[in-house]
This record gives sequence, structure tokens and C-alpha cells, in this order.
Amino acid sequence: MLIRIFKNLARFIVTFLAATLVVFGIMRVLPGDPAAIAAGENATPEIVEQLAKEFGTDRPLPVQFWDWFSGLLRGDFGVSYVTRTDISPLVLDKVQVSLILVTLAMLLALAIAIPLGTLAAVRHKKASGALISALSQLGIAIPGFLLGILLVSLVSLRLGWLPANGWTPPGEDFGDFIRRIILPVTALAGVQSAIVMRYVRSAVLETMHEDYLRTARAKGLSPMKALLKHGLRNAAIPVLTVTSVQFAALIIGAVVIERVFVIPGLGSMLLTAVGNRDLLTVQSVVMVLVAITLLINLIVDVLYTILDPRLRAAD
Amino acid sequence: MNFNLLAGSALVGLVVIVAVLSFVWTPYDPVRINPQVKLQLPSAQHWLGTDNLGRDLFTRILVGARITLLVGVVSVGIAVLIGTPLGIWAGMKRGAVEEITMRGADILLAFPALLLAIMFAAIYGASTVSAMAAIGLASVPGFARVARAGTLQVMNSEYILAARAASQRPLRIARRHVLPNLAGMLIIQCSVTFALAVLAEAALSFLGLGTPPPVPSWGRMLQESQQYWGTFPLMAILPGVAIAVAVMGFNLLGDGLRDRFDPKLGRGKA
Repeated sequence: MLIRIFKNLARFIVTFLAATLVVFGIMRVLPGDPAAIAAGENATPEIVEQLAKEFGTDRPLPVQFWDWFSGLLRGDFGVSYVTRTDISPLVLDKVQVSLILVTLAMLLALAIAIPLGTLAAVRHKKASGALISALSQLGIAIPGFLLGILLVSLVSLRLGWLPANGWTPPGEDFGDFIRRIILPVTALAGVQSAIVMRYVRSAVLETMHEDYLRTARAKGLSPMKALLKHGLRNAAIPVLTVTSVQFAALIIGAVVIERVFVIPGLGSMLLTAVGNRDLLTVQSVVMVLVAITLLINLIVDVLYTILDPRLRAAD
Repeated sequence: MNFNLLAGSALVGLVVIVAVLSFVWTPYDPVRINPQVKLQLPSAQHWLGTDNLGRDLFTRILVGARITLLVGVVSVGIAVLIGTPLGIWAGMKRGAVEEITMRGADILLAFPALLLAIMFAAIYGASTVSAMAAIGLASVPGFARVARAGTLQVMNSEYILAARAASQRPLRIARRHVLPNLAGMLIIQCSVTFALAVLAEAALSFLGLGTPPPVPSWGRMLQESQQYWGTFPLMAILPGVAIAVAVMGFNLLGDGLRDRFDPKLGRGKA
């Protein structure tokens, strides 16, 4: 088992390294010298040269990459070429907001998907099961930001039940934090719960045909009891996989949701930076988003190994 | 003909017909501003009402279908043309080629379409081309994986052994024997990827990073509706329904095709 976990870790490190190269390649090498971009089109060569010296972009690319990469590991993203301020404290501030949003959304999605998916599987021959499946098909087709718009339009602006947008840190005013986060979390969780539910349903259906479940039934357990006692653990493995994939989707989905609900997270920071053509900030935020995704994949891979006795026994 | 296939084909067909129709006929000019008729509810003159600038919403929905389909077709095309050969190559060659291709796919998978598109937009500015390139590139790993998995299965079969025994060249084997066997899987993947591309394009346009105005796109219509979410939600609901119809159509089509081509895979899915 340890060897497996070690392998996962090694793969994470290699992928992370490769991802930094990809991000650096796209954001730093493709567009050309950031100094020229920052100086504007009418700048004289002297100004560009001076800026390049200031930014350190006159040095060879490998040196610049190492500079950026070693900074990343220390949590130092450098100074924005546009706003001339330190990027790291901003990222640290925003990442908390985004993680709260995404984690709550994932929990809500699972809280909806697992019971409903199991129910849809157990009742797959009945109308209620088919109805749940049909609803999930509809849910998948409604992107999170669209659900968000509809929620704002109806729940906030029409009915006036909840604020339409904004963000209050939980430490400041917890009641207000909850009231403001209900809609964005719901919008974000909606699609995910529909997707995860389909996987839960097919995973549970799969286990329902297994021999050990028939044995449990023969022992006298009711279908639901047999499933809860013996089936869910086995169904958990494919569900865990899809959860990790969906977490990545949530992180990027949150970028759009933050725009709908005016939430000051990484997504808003990213979009503002894109608007200002602040490439180093874009580069940093993208890297943070990718790193979070990879980290979650790693955690799920490790959990996977711990959860599945067959994998534990291997190696 | 199963239900998913039927419903999916109908919805996709609707979007295609709407897009084609928009080239031949639209009730109004999609970009002409007419403040006298702004924010109107559906009527005999304006079947689906008008937006805040008095533009006919029905016309804009029709014309918006073009961008949705264009981005979908081109980005899926990019993904098929790059991903499939890579996947087949990896599956036939095995060894280092396979390892490198598949690790490369893993790395690219860490970059969702939307994130890649935002990066491209930061560098090259918002445009349809950079959106298509980003969404297409982000969809390559999916095709590479599906093609590799299928190739590995096919390579164990006896007709491949026979073809190799007859010392046919690898390229010929790939084209004559492997590719036709992957067709079903690849078509399913196309449909699923198309739905994702529609979603990514809509999100991107909503963020103002997709197709620039004045060309109407459903995502941008959602963005333009922002100030009217409370007072005139129709402006948001119409493009929203259009996006949902397109996504649902391609998803259902993918499910339906899966049931048809691969009954074993389809078991347990809605």
C-alpha cells in the first residue's frame, strides 16, 4: 500500500512540474516580452529595455522559469507587471474564499447525489426511479451560471428572500455569510449533484448484481439494508473517482459563479487580471487553480488505495 | 431506436435547423437597435419579445445558434484530428510512445477547457478563434484516451494478428482495421465533447471572453441581460433555455448512441 501511495505522490510531482512548464510556456513564452506589453505600443526601445531589466525578463528563459518556479514553491508569485503590487497576499486572501465556496458546493452535491442516486438505483424499475433519472438528465443540461442567474432572478430579485450577490467573511458576520452563500453554493452544486447522481446510480446498480449482495439477501436482509451494509462501500470507489473529476470542474465552474454573484475569489481575481492584461497575475492564479486540482486528485488516489482492499493487497 | 437517441437527435436537429434557417431567413436584423420597442414581452411582431436595446430576441436566438454550432464543430474537429491518431499510435506502439502520450494527456487534463480559453483570451484577446482552439485542445486527451483504450482491445483480436502476419504496414492496419472498430466509441465521444464545448463557449461568452459583439451568441445574451435579471428575466431565460436545449440534446444523443453501439456500457445509465 505504501508503495502505491508513494507512486501516486511521484506522479503528482511529475504532473505538477509539467503543468508549471505548460503554464509558463503559454503565459510567458507565447505572448512575448511582458516588458513590451507593459510599456505599450508607442514605447521607445529604451523604455522597454529598462522595464525588462526591472521585471527581470531580459534574462534567459530557463533562468526566468527557475525564478518563477522556486518562487511558487516558497509561495511567492512575484510582483505584478501592471499593478506593481505583490501577487501572493492577494492570492492567499482569494483562495480561501474560493475554497469555502467550492467545498460547500461539493458537500451539498454529495448530500443530494448519494441518497437520490441510491434511491434511483433501488427503484430503477419503478416510475419514481425513472423520474429521478430524468431530473438528473435535466440538471446536467443547466450550467451552474445559468442556474445562478435563475436563482438570483427568482429568489433574490423577485421574492427578496436572500441577497442577490456579495460576500461576507464567515468570521465577520456568520449569519450574513450564510445568507449570501446559499445561492452561489446551490448554483454550483446543482449540475454536480446531477452528474454525481448518475454515477452513484450506475455504481449501486452494478453492485446490486454482485454475489455477495445476493448472499446478504439470502441471509434475510431487506434489499435496502443489504445495500447499506455491504453494497455502498463498493459503490463508493467509482463515486470517489467521479468526485475528484467533478472537484476540478467545480473549481473552474466557481470562476463563472463568482462573476454571477460578485464574490471576491480567485475567479474574480483571474478575470480582473485578464481584463487588465496582467499576465503574471493570470499565470499565478491559473497555476494555483491547477495545483489545487492536482492536489485533490492526489488525495483521492490515496483515499482510493486505502478504501479498496483489493488495491491494498496488491504490490 | 431508443428514447435517448430519438430525443437527442430531435433536440440537436432543432439547433441545427435553427442555425441553418438563420442564414436564409430571420424576422429582423439581429443587431439593429430600436429603442422604441425595448424590453417588450412576446407579441405578434416580436414572437419572443425584445431586449433592452429593442433587438428582436427570436432573431438573436436563431443567429446565436450559429456560434454555438461553429465553436462545437471546430473544437470537436480539432480534438478528433489530434487525439484519435495519438491514441491509436499509443495503443499500437505501446512502450515509451504510449507512456509519453498518456502522461501528456494526463497533464492536459489538469487544464479544463474554460481555464485554457481564459489563458488564451488573456494573451490574444477575446475571439472565436482562440475559444475554439482552447476548447479543442482541452478536449484532445479525452479522444486520445478513448482511442487508445479501443485500440488496445482491437489489437488483441485475430484479424489484427492475420493482418500483421500478412506483413501489412502499421499505417494500413490502423486505417483498415483499427479505425473502423473505433468509430462507434469515437462518435459517442464526439457527442459528449460537443455538449462540453457548448457549455464552455456559453460560459466564455458570458464572461465576455468569447465571440466579441455585435455577433449574437447565447452566452453573451446572458451577460447583456445582467441588469434586467429582476425586472425583465425573459432576456436571461431565452438564451438560457437555448443553451440547455443544445447541451441536453448532445448529452442525450451521446447516451443514446452508447446504448446502441455498446449495450454493455449503457447498462445502468439513464
